[in-house]
Order: sequence, then structure tokens, then C-alpha cells
Amino acid sequence: MTGVREDFREILRLVRPGARVLDVGCGGGELLELLAREKQVDGRGVEISPQGVSACLARGLAVMQGDADRDLDQFPTGAFDYAVLSQTLQATRNPRQVLGELLRIADRAVVSFPNFGHWRVRWSLLRRGRMPETRSLPEPWWSTPNIHLCTLADFNALVADLDVRIEACAALSEGRPARPMDPNSTLENWRAEAALFLLARRSTDPVEPEGVPRDLFGG
Amino acid sequence: MTLEATSEIEQRGGVWRFPADQPLRLDSGGRIEGLEIAWASYGRLNADRSNAVLICHALTLDQHVAATHPVTGKPGWWTRLVGPGKPLDPARHFILCANVVGGCQGSTGPGSVNPATGRPWGLTFPVITIADMVRAQAMLVEAMGVETLLAVVGGSMGGMQVLQWAASYPERIFSAVCVAGAARHSAQNIAFHEVGRQAIMADPDWRGGDYALHGTRPEKGLAVARMAAHITYLSEMALQRKFGRELQRDGLSWGFDADFQVESYLRHQGASFVDRFDANSYLYITRAMDYFDLAAAHGGVLAEAFSGARDIRFCILSFTSDWLYPTPESRHIVRALNAAGARASFVEIESDKGHDAFLLDEPVMDAALAGFLDSVCTARGLK
Repeated sequence: MTGVREDFREILRLVRPGARVLDVGCGGGELLELLAREKQVDGRGVEISPQGVSACLARGLAVMQGDADRDLDQFPTGAFDYAVLSQTLQATRNPRQVLGELLRIADRAVVSFPNFGHWRVRWSLLRRGRMPETRSLPEPWWSTPNIHLCTLADFNALVADLDVRIEACAALSEGRPARPMDPNSTLENWRAEAALFLLARRSTDPVEPEGVPRDLFGG
Repeated sequence: MTLEATSEIEQRGGVWRFPADQPLRLDSGGRIEGLEIAWASYGRLNADRSNAVLICHALTLDQHVAATHPVTGKPGWWTRLVGPGKPLDPARHFILCANVVGGCQGSTGPGSVNPATGRPWGLTFPVITIADMVRAQAMLVEAMGVETLLAVVGGSMGGMQVLQWAASYPERIFSAVCVAGAARHSAQNIAFHEVGRQAIMADPDWRGGDYALHGTRPEKGLAVARMAAHITYLSEMALQRKFGRELQRDGLSWGFDADFQVESYLRHQGASFVDRFDANSYLYITRAMDYFDLAAAHGGVLAEAFSGARDIRFCILSFTSDWLYPTPESRHIVRALNAAGARASFVEIESDKGHDAFLLDEPVMDAALAGFLDSVCTARGLK
């Protein structure tokens, strides 16, 4: 498993073997293929570009062309164990509704996003007085797809409002292994370049599958 | 020998005659005894009979998928998909296509002779449905010794048959490809078909459907039906790009000749169509399409139609400029497949060529179909 993205490694650890997984924004299907191979998941994908969907088809994956904002209503309630939305929430038109949809379709959602509270972002704005351009957010304001950026604290507030339970949380930074973190920590809101959450509907019983520690990050 | 001739694909074919004790039972309650189904095939069935692919043709097409058409002399209609080195390769697959029941390229249809009377059926031919077409195909496939089809593939009306296969015989198909199709005919679809039928029936040479007995052919009516239908297969943009307001000759005729190139094109489409198609077949097949509503037999819930199709791999494709079977129709299918828990893939392909795009040069479609069919072979353990 060399060359596997660190956030994919984390998702791989989080997901129960044999689970039904929907990957929203699945690109060429790398994560779904990994999950099928390593965790025998029954995977489905949603991808906006026809080229991405074609690549998925060639891998034998079941993927539909669609958009996180518009097309999640195609899936019945409770159809999946997990819905994954990787580094895409900040590019949706209505992140709150998308999160709600993920947790309608699936018992659990794995969501990652760049943290706008990271010190590099804050420093860039403070120093230049212009919209931050960092290594995780390289595009200028007028061309960036990231129209709904948020900080770790902002995301926590939304999660609290949505009546959703946080089952696990990790900090991500490029090229380094994911690190479990306290989502409510003020310090982490400065430190974490990106965050990955495992969310569950309140109505969902906490998972305690055999052989998997309660802290899904093994911490 | 020319280069074309050496690249010509080897086609087998013929007419399968079912014994009288094996009638085709129809949705209307009737039956057709002595059913004949004309077919064409490419490649050979392998030892474990796992490489058979059925192609379902569209309204006015036929079984000549990949070889030169015996009537028109034109290349097969889906050589993009079927041929050496193509996603469906005779070296790898046994590819079968049958003329639909009701058709006019050798299968039993209104132009056939009714064995009970010794006269052409004409309008005494029973009204058929998409499910009847599929039932006849299933009889043929079984007669050829194929238990499970690796894939059923079709575009437009062929796509409707593919969906019907998934509903009627889910245990007999491993995968399904529906291109530019729909699970029901819309009011607009029915409306355009009705214009075509009325054009045929308004032609005095139609003779109440008995033109064969009178030695006439309703060519004018059938040509107008084709002209109207042909517009629905294109997009406004494709027409504009191809013809614009270009004239046939210098200046206007100040009359009703075909001044504009688009008029001349449509007239040609109509005129050449009557050489290869039967007017009554056009009535019967358009009727079958209008009657098609896959959900209707399942309490109006399309997902119920696919309740047995959980293990089938589906590939649903649509085109952005197709206004005959637009993308929402395909999304409607995909939603039902998802609700049924089937393995559904869907791509909307960017194209300005309208409904006919499924027969034309669309590299994204080619790539999607190649990838999907290849993965299906892998999953089935085919080399």
C-alpha cells in the first residue's frame, strides 16, 4: 500500500469490512477500488466528470455521474453504511444540505475538508491582507472552486446544530500520517491543515464490531 | 480484393422458425404461431457458453449490426461497438442481434403471410409490445443454447428492450447497457409517433393497411413519417451546424421546391427510408414503443420492476442534447435501479448531436462502453 493518500489510509481504517459505501466525488475510483480490495466493501460512486466515470467503469466500479448538491436524492434513505465526501464539502453550494443528505443516505459519513483556521491561512490573510493562497488552497479567490470554506470551529458548530454525533476526528497534513485530534481544541484549529470526521446520525447505535477498538483511530 | 473487403466482418445469420407448438404469447392475450425470427451473429459461442451478447436494435434498424446491409449496401449500424478490436469483438464474444417481432427484415410482422389465411397479416396482425419483442428474443437465445447472456446492449428502443430484459429475465443476464433510452414513452414521444402514423394512414396507397393485396405502397405517407421522426433524432444545434439557411441552388425558387438544404436532406431521408422499411411495421413498432411503461405492470413503481435485478451490472448512458429521450429519463431509470439496490452506473455524455449521438462518433461513449464491457468480461472470468 505504498503511495496511498494518507486520507485514504484513514478512511480505509475507519470503514467496517464488507460495508456498503458511497463515495461522493470519487474521481477515477481510486478509493473505491482500494476499499473493495482491502475491505471487501460493496461500493458505489458519484462523480461529476464523464472522464472520471469512464475511468471508474473500466475498473468495474458502479458509478453515476452527478453532483453532490443536486443528485444525492437519487439514493434511497439508509442505502449505505458509509457515505464518503473527501475534500469536496467546501466546494458545494449548500454544505449543510449536503451533510444532511449524506446522513440520510448512510448511517455514517466520512467528511474531510481544508481547515481555514490553519495558521498558514491566518498568517497569509494577516500579512498580505488578501484572500489566502496556501499549498492546500492554491487558487485565487476568483477561480477557486472552494466557495464555502470553514474552520474547524465552524464545522463543529454546524455539526452541533445538525444533531450529529462525532465518532472520530483526525488532523490531516500533506504527506504525513493522519493524527487523531480533539475537534474542540482551539490549538488544533491553528494546527490542523485539514480535518477528517467520522459522523453518525444520533439515532444510529455506536458501532462496536468485534476486534475493532472503540477508538477507530486506534489511539 | 479491396481493403474494405478484407476488413469485412464475418456474419452468420438466418431465420429461426419456431414449431407451431411453441407460439409467442403476447401481452395482448393473443399468440403468434409459427413465429419466425431473423437473426445475425458474429463470433462463436465459447465452450461454457458464457460469452454471448445480445444487441437490441432501435425502431428502424435491424439485425445487420456490423456487416454490410443487404438492402442498402451501407455498413452495419453499430460498427463503432462491434468488430475486431472493438468493445464487442467477434474474437472474444458471440454477438447476436435479432430483428424484432413486428419488424420487416425477416421476422414475423404485419408484412408476413398469416399461415391461417394464406394472406399478408396487414392490420389483422396483433398489436405487440416491447415485452413481446423481448419474449421472442428470449425464445431465440434459449433455442441457441444460451442460458445466461454476458450482456444485453441497446440504444433508443433497443435500450427499452434492455430494461425489459432486466425486468422479465433478470436471472438470464449478467449485465445490461441502455443508451439514450427510457423506461416509458412520454406524451411528446407518443405525439410525434402519432404524427407519423397519421401520415401513413392518410396516404391513399395505404388502403386500410391492405396495400400488399392491392399492389401499392404508401411511400409518401411513410416518407413524411420518417421526415418528422428524423427531426426528433437530431438537435437544433446539429441541424443549424449542418445546414443553417444554406440553399440548394443560387437564389430562391419562389415556389415549393426544396430551396433549403435541410428540406432536400429530409426529403432524401424520407425517400431512402421507404426502400428499406414497411409502413405497417412502422405502425406496429411505434405502437409498441408508445405502450411501453415498465413501471405500469409493477404498481407504477419502477424500482419494483427491477426487484430481481440486484446482481445485474447496469450501464446507463444519455446525451446532453437528446430531447427525444432526455437525460431526466435516464436519471429516472438510475434512481429506480439505486432504489432496487442494483449495481448501476450512469454517464451523461456531452454532445450536440441529439438522440442520434448513440450511433455517431462520440469518443466518451466509446470509452465508457469499452471500459464497462471489459470489466464485465473480467468479472465473468472471460479472457
